[in-house]
This record gives sequence, C-alpha cells and structure tokens, in this order.
Amino acid sequence: MQTNYKAALLAVALLMSSGSALAEENFWLWLVNFSRQKEVKPVDNKTYKDECGSCHFAYQPGLLPGKSWAKLLDEKALADHFGEDASLDKETLKDIYDYTLANAAEKSFYKRSRKIAKATEDGDAPLRITEVRYIKRKHHEIPEKMVKGNKDVKSLSYCNACHTKAEEGIFDEDTVDIPNYPHRDDD
Amino acid sequence: MKLHKILMAASMLFATSAALATPATDELFARYKSEGAAGFDAERGSKAWAKENKGEEGEMMSCSTCHGKDLGKEGKHHKTGKVIQPMAPSANKERFTDAKKIEKWFKRNCNDVLARECTAQEKGDFLKYLLSK
Repeated sequence: MQTNYKAALLAVALLMSSGSALAEENFWLWLVNFSRQKEVKPVDNKTYKDECGSCHFAYQPGLLPGKSWAKLLDEKALADHFGEDASLDKETLKDIYDYTLANAAEKSFYKRSRKIAKATEDGDAPLRITEVRYIKRKHHEIPEKMVKGNKDVKSLSYCNACHTKAEEGIFDEDTVDIPNYPHRDDD
Repeated sequence: MKLHKILMAASMLFATSAALATPATDELFARYKSEGAAGFDAERGSKAWAKENKGEEGEMMSCSTCHGKDLGKEGKHHKTGKVIQPMAPSANKERFTDAKKIEKWFKRNCNDVLARECTAQEKGDFLKYLLSK
C-alpha cells in the first residue's frame, strides 16, 4: 500500500516536471480539462472567421503565440499586412484581437498548440506561422517542387491547399493530399 | 404617339434598373455629398476603375487586377488567390447592401491600388458605375 502510494506520487511528480514545464500555473487545469485534444482548436468566432477569412485561410489562433497576434493585430501593422491594407475599424479589431489573445497557442490545451507555444517561448515573436520552428520542422522533408514549384500550392502559407481538414483544425499527416502529387499506397 | 409612350415607358424602366440603389448606397451618397462631393458619374467611375497604376512592387495594376474584366463574374485576388464574389449587383445580390463593408473595402483597396485613400467624389463615381452593372 505504502509503495503504491509512493509510486503514484512519483508518477505525478514526473508528469508535472516533464510535459508541463510551459504551463506550470495551468497544470491542474490542464489535468482536469477534458477538452484537451490532439490538434488545434477550430475557429469559433464569427467576426474572426468573416474578417480574416475573407482574404485568406482563417488561421486558427492556436497556430501562433499571443505575442505574435499582438504584433500582427495592431492598428498600424494591419494597414500593411504582408503588403496589403487590411485595416479594420476599432470595434472589429478589438473583437479579433481579444479572440486571438484568448485562444493563442500558449492558452490552448490542444496538443499542436502546446508544441507551437513551446517552440516560440523564447526569442522574437514570429509574424508568420511558417517561421515557427515546430512548423518548419514538420514540413522540412517536403521537396520544394511539391510546394513552391507546385502551381496549386505555391507556398506553405496556403495550409488548406494540402491539409484537407485544415478548417477543422486537423493537420494530421493522414489528412494531407498534395495537389498534383497523388498519394500512393505502398502496396 | 403610341410608340412614343412605349418608348418612354421602356426608357423609364431602363433608367430605374440602371440607377439601382440600396439603402446602404443611399446612405453613402448622402455622406459623400456632405463631404463636398457632387454629381456622381458612372462614366468617370468606369474610367478610374480601369486605369492602371503602379503597384507596390512596380507592377501595373487596376481594380480589374483582382476583380476581373467581367464584373458579372468572380474575381481572384492577385496575391492570395482568394475568390472574390462578382461586383455586379445583377450577379450578386449581397453587393452594396452594407455601408460599413463598402467603406472598409474602399479604404483597403484604394490604398493597395492607388497608394492613397479615395476621395468622396471618387468613391461616389465608383459606386455609380458599379451599381449600373
């Protein structure tokens, strides 16, 4: 009985010290949170979906840390959003800003978001999701001809060109379908 | 005499369909007037719409670069590739029904194509032109 108790204590201690260094103050919350998931939380804010999604794929807030969203969704920064004027009125911008900050990678219990949070913990806030180390690593082995040189993909920025379930926040390898490079089974 | 009446009726019908307006555009025309603009002209709007300007990267661009040559059809954003719904109200009932949305896109797109915001006069001319489509 005593050894069982000790083993359990040790297990909890190990769990605390390993997987959750990033979210220490959130550990207990994380432990009792039944909505923690493998992927990325889908977009569930209409303003965000409508405004951001009217020009590009509505990237889930959990794909970047809060410090990145804060930089991107600044009034001045939006007037030159990767070369485009994406200005929003103050009210709409506040909605979107608050939504992304509340759902940023480090606030999420979804597995991929936690990895992104960890990868961006130190250093400057990345302005592009494709600059996040974790994302880079995940796409490292894909030959350039399949992305840049592929007329139906063109850039890693177009998540949903290959990730067929990107909108649902699912980026699992099994859901990837690269245009012009049909998936071939080994058998 | 009879023919004359029919012609009158036909031209009136044509005139009403060409001068299509929505509560949103009525509101905007009134606002532009209050900002000093007057005599909005579809022809002038059409010319400005097609006029090529030097874009940020030195490329020539006009409104058609993204909205396409045929306003009754979908356009495509030149950078993101995102499909843009038709601009012509005859092809897209949603067009010009939301004043806030119209102003938002005027601000963004004028800045992107002309590297400055459009004047009240220019915006009124554009609207007159687009509403006739």
